[in-house]
Amino acid sequence: MDRARALSLEAAGPLGRRHPLLLVLGAAVLVFLALPLLVVVPISFSAAKYLTFPPPGWSAQWYERYFGSREWMNATVRSVEVAALTTLAATTLGTAAALALRRSFRGRALVSLIVLAPMVVPVIIVAIGIYGLYARLQLVGTLAGLVLAHTVLALPFVVVVVTATLRGFDETLELAAQNLGAGRWQTFRLVTLPLIRPGVVSGALLAFITSFDEVVVAIFVSGSRQPTLPKQMWDGIRTEIDPTVAAVSTLLIAVTTVVLAAITFVRQRAEEEAR
Amino acid sequence: MKHRVGSPRRAPAAPGRVRALGVWGPFRGPQQKDTIWLLLPALAWLGVLFVYPIGRLVYLSAFTPAFTLQHYAKLVATAVYARILVNSFEISVTVTILALALGYPLAFLLATARRRAAGLMLAGIVLPLWTSVLVRTYAWMVLLGRRGLVNEALQSAGVLDAPLPLLYNRLGVTIGMVHVLLPFMVLPIYSVMKGVDVDLLKAAQNLGASRWQSFVRVYLPLSASGVAAGCLLVFVTALGFFVTPALLGGRGDMMIAMLIETQVRELLDWGFASALAVTLLAVTAGILLLVQRLLGERMWAR
Repeated sequence: MDRARALSLEAAGPLGRRHPLLLVLGAAVLVFLALPLLVVVPISFSAAKYLTFPPPGWSAQWYERYFGSREWMNATVRSVEVAALTTLAATTLGTAAALALRRSFRGRALVSLIVLAPMVVPVIIVAIGIYGLYARLQLVGTLAGLVLAHTVLALPFVVVVVTATLRGFDETLELAAQNLGAGRWQTFRLVTLPLIRPGVVSGALLAFITSFDEVVVAIFVSGSRQPTLPKQMWDGIRTEIDPTVAAVSTLLIAVTTVVLAAITFVRQRAEEEAR
Repeated sequence: MKHRVGSPRRAPAAPGRVRALGVWGPFRGPQQKDTIWLLLPALAWLGVLFVYPIGRLVYLSAFTPAFTLQHYAKLVATAVYARILVNSFEISVTVTILALALGYPLAFLLATARRRAAGLMLAGIVLPLWTSVLVRTYAWMVLLGRRGLVNEALQSAGVLDAPLPLLYNRLGVTIGMVHVLLPFMVLPIYSVMKGVDVDLLKAAQNLGASRWQSFVRVYLPLSASGVAAGCLLVFVTALGFFVTPALLGGRGDMMIAMLIETQVRELLDWGFASALAVTLLAVTAGILLLVQRLLGERMWAR
């Protein structure tokens, strides 16, 4: 192969220059993925009384209705409470489990299956299972019930993220700390935790949106008197396509964007520090 | 689960990992006590709120009121319910094929893009993935409705005289579900493609293969495990889907999860609902076992 061709191959990668058709298709797929999110935002500022695109004019009426509605505000507060408590529980339990799962012990495969399974078992199954349990324990419609259930769904994400962080973790540091006289809790607080903090923070953030956006379990468990935000949206969409939902959706998209940006930031900073 | 052999490209154990712990025996002494106490809270929590409730569904499916297989029999013998199973299967297969058609090229571009571009593309895939399913489904209602973006655009362009029915039918469900599940196709394929040694392609091309040949004969087979995993993952997630078909589908597009909801909330038929849930769970577990064989621990990556 002559030098020029070798160089051009090097520059374009071994697969050569990518076919323009492929680039167009890829761009189209990305647009397809982004389109719904991009459409909800302008719709939420629409001056129309019904859903129409493009909006005939602009107004903040749907946001006014959202912020002015006691029901929507109650649902929002409820969701924040549930998500905050779920984050606390899932992060604590998940980090502890991830620390244990880095060791090898008998039954480890089974334990890790149980811990990760809620991520892949269809939510409807988890939802009716828990609903059946709560109906007997009278936990339907309670804050505790929602937190208990959402923690099940959020836990695996914390375990996955913290486990990934632990993979690059040098355990000799812990042994060194213990040899120098640190207790186990001290070792964790002063050595382990600072080193795995990016994973713990990312896990906590994922736990937060898992709970904050969760709808299927909430449909069954949150009851009608104090619905979570997604449950309230679900009712709003089912009965009539209320454009207030567009405003709420825009806010949820904003929350997700902020959370993902925070995770990216935490990870990048950790990478820089590691360098 | 994590130590299974099965994925040829599994990352080697980190060098810093202290095997020397084994000197004390991995489970004796203070380490073992730690392990138990670290695991106990999570296991107790999941035992009460995950394992027990699902175990109870298994029990209810066969013991309501006394031992019987009638609930499972009802599932296959009643035409309406059998139809719903077939629906779920058809919709899931269609969604899987479409997601593959759209996802493979995107994964390929992602795997071959430069760092910056890849980062941006990844953001474009992960942001929708983490956005509430409810929000995404609602957005499709806005897009596909009679006065939605698609219909308005086609009408003002003069392509249509009357709005197309895009919502509350199979088409709407399919579009919405492809959108929601596409990242589950792209990410596993991408994770396998990233590990493909591009020198193999150079070798093929140096030996005289054209670019297309080197792609079909070398790259495609090497990315096949990602394709299989992505397809199975999308299929199995589609099978148990609830929110999107419930909101975008019509009367004829009911899926298993919706049937389960109706049985529990409206008919209070726990025996039948449990039989449905157990069937869905068994199929899901079987397929996920295959995915795990193909992907190893990358299966859990999001």
